[in-house]
Amino acid sequence: MTQSFRLESGGLINRDKKISFKFNGKNYFGYEGDTLASALIANGVHLIGRSFKYHRPRGFFGAGVDEPYAIVQLYRNGETEPNIKATEQELFEGLEAKSVNCWPSVNFDVGAINNFLKIFLPAGFYYKTFMWPKSFWYKIYEPFIRRAAGLGTASIKHDKERYEHKYEYCDLLITGSGPSGLASAYSAAKNGAKVILAEDKSRFGGTLLTSEVNIGNQSGKEWADSIISELKEMPNVTVKNRSQVFGYYDHNMLVMSERISDHLPKTKKFHPKQRLWYIRAKEVLISSGSIERPIVFGNNDTPGVMLSSAAKEYLKVYGVLVGKKPLVFTNNDSGYETAIEFKKNGIDPIILDTRKEPKSEIIEEAQNMNINIKNSYVVVAAQGYKKVKSADVAKISDNKEELGSIENIECDCICVSGFWTPTIHLASQSGNKTKFNEDIDAFVPSISKQNEKTLGAANGIYTLEETLKDSFEKGNLLSKKITNNENKVSFPNVVEKKSTVHDKFWCVPLPKGKSYKRFLDFQNDVAVSDIEIALKEGYRSIEHVKRYTTLGMATDQGKTSNLNGLQLVSKIENKVVPAVGHTTFRPPYSPVSIGAIVGREIGKHSKPTRKSPIHSWHEKNNAVFVDAGVWLRPRYYKRGEENLFEASKREAKNVRTNVGVCDVTTLGKIDIKGPDAAELLNRVYTNAWLKLPVGKARYGVMLREDGIVMDDGTTTRISENHYHMTTTTAQAANVLSHLEYYLQLVWPELNVNVVSTTEQWAGAAIAGPKSRELLKKLFPKSDVTNEGLPFMGYMEGDLFGVKAKIFRISFSGELAYEVNVESDNGYFMWEKIIEAGEEFGIQPYGTEALSTLRIEMGHVAGSELDGRTIPYDNSLEGLLSKKKDFIGKRSLSRKAFAAEDRQKIVGVVPLDKKTSIPEGSHLVKDSNAPLPNPKLGYISASCWSVEYDNPFSLAILKDGKNMIGEKLFVMSPLKNKVIPVEIVSSHYVDPKGERVRS
Amino acid sequence: MLHIKCPHCGLRSQNEFSYGGDATVKRPELGKEISDKDWDNFVYNRKSLRGKHWELWQHLSGCRQWIKVQRDTATHEIFKTLKANEEIS
Repeated sequence: MTQSFRLESGGLINRDKKISFKFNGKNYFGYEGDTLASALIANGVHLIGRSFKYHRPRGFFGAGVDEPYAIVQLYRNGETEPNIKATEQELFEGLEAKSVNCWPSVNFDVGAINNFLKIFLPAGFYYKTFMWPKSFWYKIYEPFIRRAAGLGTASIKHDKERYEHKYEYCDLLITGSGPSGLASAYSAAKNGAKVILAEDKSRFGGTLLTSEVNIGNQSGKEWADSIISELKEMPNVTVKNRSQVFGYYDHNMLVMSERISDHLPKTKKFHPKQRLWYIRAKEVLISSGSIERPIVFGNNDTPGVMLSSAAKEYLKVYGVLVGKKPLVFTNNDSGYETAIEFKKNGIDPIILDTRKEPKSEIIEEAQNMNINIKNSYVVVAAQGYKKVKSADVAKISDNKEELGSIENIECDCICVSGFWTPTIHLASQSGNKTKFNEDIDAFVPSISKQNEKTLGAANGIYTLEETLKDSFEKGNLLSKKITNNENKVSFPNVVEKKSTVHDKFWCVPLPKGKSYKRFLDFQNDVAVSDIEIALKEGYRSIEHVKRYTTLGMATDQGKTSNLNGLQLVSKIENKVVPAVGHTTFRPPYSPVSIGAIVGREIGKHSKPTRKSPIHSWHEKNNAVFVDAGVWLRPRYYKRGEENLFEASKREAKNVRTNVGVCDVTTLGKIDIKGPDAAELLNRVYTNAWLKLPVGKARYGVMLREDGIVMDDGTTTRISENHYHMTTTTAQAANVLSHLEYYLQLVWPELNVNVVSTTEQWAGAAIAGPKSRELLKKLFPKSDVTNEGLPFMGYMEGDLFGVKAKIFRISFSGELAYEVNVESDNGYFMWEKIIEAGEEFGIQPYGTEALSTLRIEMGHVAGSELDGRTIPYDNSLEGLLSKKKDFIGKRSLSRKAFAAEDRQKIVGVVPLDKKTSIPEGSHLVKDSNAPLPNPKLGYISASCWSVEYDNPFSLAILKDGKNMIGEKLFVMSPLKNKVIPVEIVSSHYVDPKGERVRS
Repeated sequence: MLHIKCPHCGLRSQNEFSYGGDATVKRPELGKEISDKDWDNFVYNRKSLRGKHWELWQHLSGCRQWIKVQRDTATHEIFKTLKANEEIS
């Protein structure tokens, strides 16, 4: 197939390398260096999609990030991605893309009926129509609207690509590699500053690639190339293309997305697809240039109507003609530059200039080339449905209100230039107070809040010489301040054609009797009439008008529409534009993939995985693991065909009858040292700590200042001024911070040091009636009898040559011990325990059996200490010292906490002794009561009691103290269960606690 | 992301710190009688200020020190940082 719109030569593409691609199932080819847009236009494809609301045909409007129309669904290496701008997507071999927002096809789209119903789809249509009846929203309105609208389909598959995050610091971050970016980067780099120069596109140079200028006897492009290659050689400079700085955040933190692999058929091995840079810059120079504004006229959304700068870029960069009979419609000199380029390539354009008698060097050049120029002329309306076929044009009066008689000119594209809008997004995001510049009819940055400066066209400076001068100087000054080094570069000689002032004209009036749609926002189908309705209905604030009409919303964020929208509002309201003000610019400047934002923190990488030193033993012995905070813990050890329920029952039963061993390495451990250590504990815990003897452990509960239980655990006095504190696995980090808070800020007079030793110790809980026998075998030299090592006792021992700490503490409620050794010896300890325990029938047990054991003993854990309960609720009120003050004590005397019918922990047994009770179920008096059924309490933890062989649960129940023996109902709407239950004591097994002391 | 000057470690990114609330709140002395109202003010009642605010941060992934930071809650400007034992002036 021939590329009928590709020039014989010219452009920056590599014509030696053909690239084939598919669009809507049809095969095409382009060249290396093309974008999907330029390759499609070269092949004469102008219809690319359907509009959002009316499903009107859509073509190309821009040539880069400003594109509102050409959004496609991209297919690459077996993956699909929505919301890709064809004007930004570089062509690669095998690329596939499809139109979005059309069904069944872009050429014949059922939704286009909306276009003929448009009279019924004015501003706020959705708000007004789909409100009632309320029940219709979910089932009827929303699914329909979702199918009708939308810009592509997100893949539901796991994204196989890798995305990275990177943190970087620099002296100067420069956003954009046009003339201002290059000049400032160059002078700053020469002063030795650490510079990052970011360019959104694949090619450096910005407008220098398309404008006819000379810098230091080189063409603009040659100059850009030479500066870039010099910068790339400098060690203090990072030059990045395909990298868009899209957000300006607090304290000069900017975020940039680097598209590393999107332009390749497949991501290279060990390469990420995209990389997100968090850049902390001392100074930021915004050199993001400007975007051409459209002029508003009838049917100005017809494919073939596009920005004149885009037409020039397709010509000069890609060697592509956007049309062969171009009409250029302009209110300034930029349109002439485009016309001149057409003419140079043998195409005869017609220029319609809204100005009466403009005179400048550029205009003169066009005249000398015999280009047909019609002054005081406007395009009234484009004609043609899927592509421009002609234009209705007319002369316009000097006051720009009266149209002359309509003439029809045949054309295949209309290149529009309504002057230039500085890209102030980053400056505005940084908090810069922008101001309206009357000379250019646009907002420019004004008072900086952070360390940023805006250069060149982004600052409303449209001549090259001025831009370069200002940029060289700013780059030099800012970097000199940082590096104290000056290496001034000489200013090059600049040759550019002078232009004259633009016309403030921006909207063509409707001819009498015609009702053409004149679009302001091309992405959201917002027309002049929509804004008029919104204002008539009373919307005044521009932020409200935006939300009501969707002007400036969605992926292009009004890059081409904002200012014309403001012009219209100010005209109707009879205000000046700055009085209307602009809407807030928010990051991202243009869409960023979710993958880049998430980076590598996905799946298993979303948090660190911590493993105990005994982990590999568990693996070898068929442990099934569970996430416990950041730790992986064995949930149960699978034997044969056992399931979770059977295995945990077996393991728990074995603890009750023989002996079991559980890896408790994950428990938080805090080493506490210092002469005031006991005093600290006495203030932090609710019970008394001053008289704990050396070699003894004590159970303690700590509260928050509001009286809620924060954590529990045992603390052991190792020596005079040395304590070993344990916390729950989940609260370990919080408890350490809590202690540090009080030591550093509240009681700095206490001479105590705390440090986390969680990772330093490996721990094994040995529990069961035969645990003492086992301990004797492990520590033959130590006296571990009930007298030698009583309940809550502590001693050091020698485990086959390894130093060990032995605590006689119990979570399971059985006779039990915890042995700690240094982490490196953890595996050795575990193997010795298993080996020595064989004759006693030892079995390892996981967290599930551990839970069963503690639940039937009524020992509280995280599910009861859930940040909503006080000590009384957990039957821990016996641990509240009356003699001393402690953190949170004062709160406990608050009325609600002292209420007679206060909630309290109880045990729950189903009447049929068979039905398991789902955790989180509610307890009610009457299962048939009308909704909302008053809730008396909730099930905090459930197990299958191995002692009694029936289900047993713990619950936090209102007036729990007086409810023992009551019959209630457990209700779980989630599991659709209603279970009659009896309330019993939470101490279901061994209520007197005899076993732990035996 | 804020850039916070830890008085011990220097300028560090916000993600190394954790927020700890109003730095001007003083914990009542232990063992001292206190009215319900004063206790509630200490535990619960905070002004949600717009503007300059002294607040606590802990340099969690750094030196683990609690520090005092004077920050504008509206603009995020940080004016001053102090060590835990330095008085707010």
